[in-house]
Amino acid sequence: MSWEWSVIWEYFPKLLDGAWLTLELVAISGILGLVIAVPMALMRASDNMAIKALPYAYIFFFRGTPLLVQIFLIYYGASQFDAVKASALWPILREPYWCAIIAFSLNTAAYGAEMIRGAIQAVPKGEIEAAMALGMSKFQTIKRIILRRAAGIVLPGYSNEVLLMLKSSALASTITLLDLTGMARTIIARTYTPLEMFFAAGMVYLAMAAVLILCFRLLERRLNKYQFAKRPI
Amino acid sequence: MDLHGYGDLLLSGLWVTIKLALVSLFFGLIIGLAGATAKLSSSRVARGIATAYTTIVRGIPELLLVLTLYFGGSQLLMYFASMFGYDEYIDVGQFSAAVAALAIAFGAYSTEVFRMAMQDVPKGQWESAQAMGMTPVQTFFRIILPQVWRLAIPGLGNLFQVLLKDTALVSVVGLNELMRQASVGAATTKSPFDFYLAAAILYLLLTVGTTLVTGLLERMSKPELRGGRA
Repeated sequence: MSWEWSVIWEYFPKLLDGAWLTLELVAISGILGLVIAVPMALMRASDNMAIKALPYAYIFFFRGTPLLVQIFLIYYGASQFDAVKASALWPILREPYWCAIIAFSLNTAAYGAEMIRGAIQAVPKGEIEAAMALGMSKFQTIKRIILRRAAGIVLPGYSNEVLLMLKSSALASTITLLDLTGMARTIIARTYTPLEMFFAAGMVYLAMAAVLILCFRLLERRLNKYQFAKRPI
Repeated sequence: MDLHGYGDLLLSGLWVTIKLALVSLFFGLIIGLAGATAKLSSSRVARGIATAYTTIVRGIPELLLVLTLYFGGSQLLMYFASMFGYDEYIDVGQFSAAVAALAIAFGAYSTEVFRMAMQDVPKGQWESAQAMGMTPVQTFFRIILPQVWRLAIPGLGNLFQVLLKDTALVSVVGLNELMRQASVGAATTKSPFDFYLAAAILYLLLTVGTTLVTGLLERMSKPELRGGRA
């Protein structure tokens, strides 16, 4: 087996370009996903069946089907309807970049919502009662007490979800985007060195995952300060 | 939803998906058990190899793994074969490359599930088996494994769902599973939404079915839940 280190060095800057797109996709859809997930989780934690039903169906569909199907449904599926093609949304749904972001956001929101719901329900009851006793309205309690406590509780699990999303972002390469995996495939088509290029791409993914893990550790230290506090005595 | 008579195509793809998932599950479980044993062994080399394996595989995308083994599998296998003096060309088929990739990914995650389950079996069980005169291998298969199984089922059920969904990735390299057949149908009939929605519904049925089976296995593995006498 011939192993060409020189190919890796030659094309490494290109791979890093791809890695940048990967990070961009993960960051944008991570934030959008969180924006969708929080209200979904709040609705899902409700006692009212009618309110619970929509997030339940949403989470069921997006967690029960492969992400690849979701991406293809949005990217290829939307073009089946002339009404969509004629609408104002078409310039967005025509772009693989936005389709990937929509699919990733909706997907991560489904997983995130389920986790956040768990965290919301794990907020100690006494704290909510205390907030009510202080005269806070329901909205104030959610904003000041429940979501803040839930953020600390959900963080360790949520960092896992972000790492999984980093890995699933490789699927963007299936709709012609030149993310890290897409870039590696393009280079391989030119040089035919699959093992070297995929190895290099894998190492870049590992490095990105390591950096993300570090960031979440720091964030956890901030949000869950009480767990890291030194005992006074 | 109009499938223009291509429903059979989807069903044939569904069958390949199921086969793919079950064969990968089988090999993935073996890798996971071996990995967990290595992680808990006293040999530092075994622990190191197992840790490197789980860290690397869990850190890179499954799609990358599928692509690597599909486009580089022959090269890799021929390299290892040449170490043993075999220099002929070896072709890695689509199905085997797909199974290898999925089993390696499943194995890395199930290693952790099995390791945690094995640690939950009290140490006294090993000691009493030894006191009864069993060899370590006998102890593992007669005493430890049946209990590990029970503790690992919920975790393994989740992983199998992930595996089922990951089988869709194999369509990228052209294996005729559900996702690939949906793409074929979508391309010929020009109604992609219908075909991908049909595929999504079939995947949903598979994951729901898996949930039911896992629940059943879980109940079967816990005698106290079967309503037996206390």
